Amino acid sequence: MKSAVIVFPGSNCDRDLAVAFEAATGTKPAMIWHRDTDLPDDIDLIGVPGGFSYGDYLRSGAMAARSPVMQAVAKAADRGAFVLGICNGFQVLTESGLLPGALLRNAGGNFVCRDVALTVENAQSAFTSRYEAGEAISYPVAHHDGNYFADDATLDRLEGEGRVALRYAENVNGSARNIAGILNEAGNVLGMMPHPERVIEAAHGATDGKRLFDGLVAGLLAKA
Amino acid sequence: MKARIFVTLKGGVLDPQGKAIHHALEGLGFGGVNDVRAGKLIELDLADGTSDEDIDAMCRKLLANTVIENYRIEKVA
Repeated sequence: MKSAVIVFPGSNCDRDLAVAFEAATGTKPAMIWHRDTDLPDDIDLIGVPGGFSYGDYLRSGAMAARSPVMQAVAKAADRGAFVLGICNGFQVLTESGLLPGALLRNAGGNFVCRDVALTVENAQSAFTSRYEAGEAISYPVAHHDGNYFADDATLDRLEGEGRVALRYAENVNGSARNIAGILNEAGNVLGMMPHPERVIEAAHGATDGKRLFDGLVAGLLAKA
Repeated sequence: MKARIFVTLKGGVLDPQGKAIHHALEGLGFGGVNDVRAGKLIELDLADGTSDEDIDAMCRKLLANTVIENYRIEKVA
């Protein structure tokens, strides 16, 4: 089970995500710098962490999406590696075209930093298999640009194909159709604004995020 | 050769920054402002002979996110 966390200048959730990956897999993930052009062979799981890569210059995630390492991530995703993008990682995945749509400035104009009630929309995905469909959970969010946008045709397609993994139970940022996290067509790439890695152990005050990592890793091991 | 790239949000895409500017203008007592949309101006200093196709590709591949933004290229002599 090989995992990696991508590190951009300005990432600030990379170490939290590494802890979550290690807790689930039992092995430390490789930390991959943005200028690297190669990922470990046969990588199973790649994390694109939260933060403010490149200072959010131009658009959130825009510069990171064009960095050398993201071409390697796209290639790995193409051959079936699992990719989890959280917060800025979600912005990077939309900017790089691995996921559809874009993340706009929050509708209220404010940075939102608090726990948010979510609904698990699709519990069949590799990422959400340990949740119940319709289950109410809570993850923290901390973002300024989390307002998910896509045209109606794209939104209809996402919903029709079961690719909305998570929805906000309270819309904190203006996201279209309350979308908090979406899957790619093949189901091996998930992007989400909320932070599951911040709620994986009792000391965090909540553990709703732990099942995402445990379920994903157990599924990957079973498949191997 | 220089080129100016104007990047603007597509119609229908929410612009909280524009809204805040609008609100501030009203706060200063300026009436009659119907709407405000904020965008970006990016100035490129280019080698002579840079093709229009290349400039357009720069816009599509990086300078604008065409999911949410339009761009207009203005070449400056």
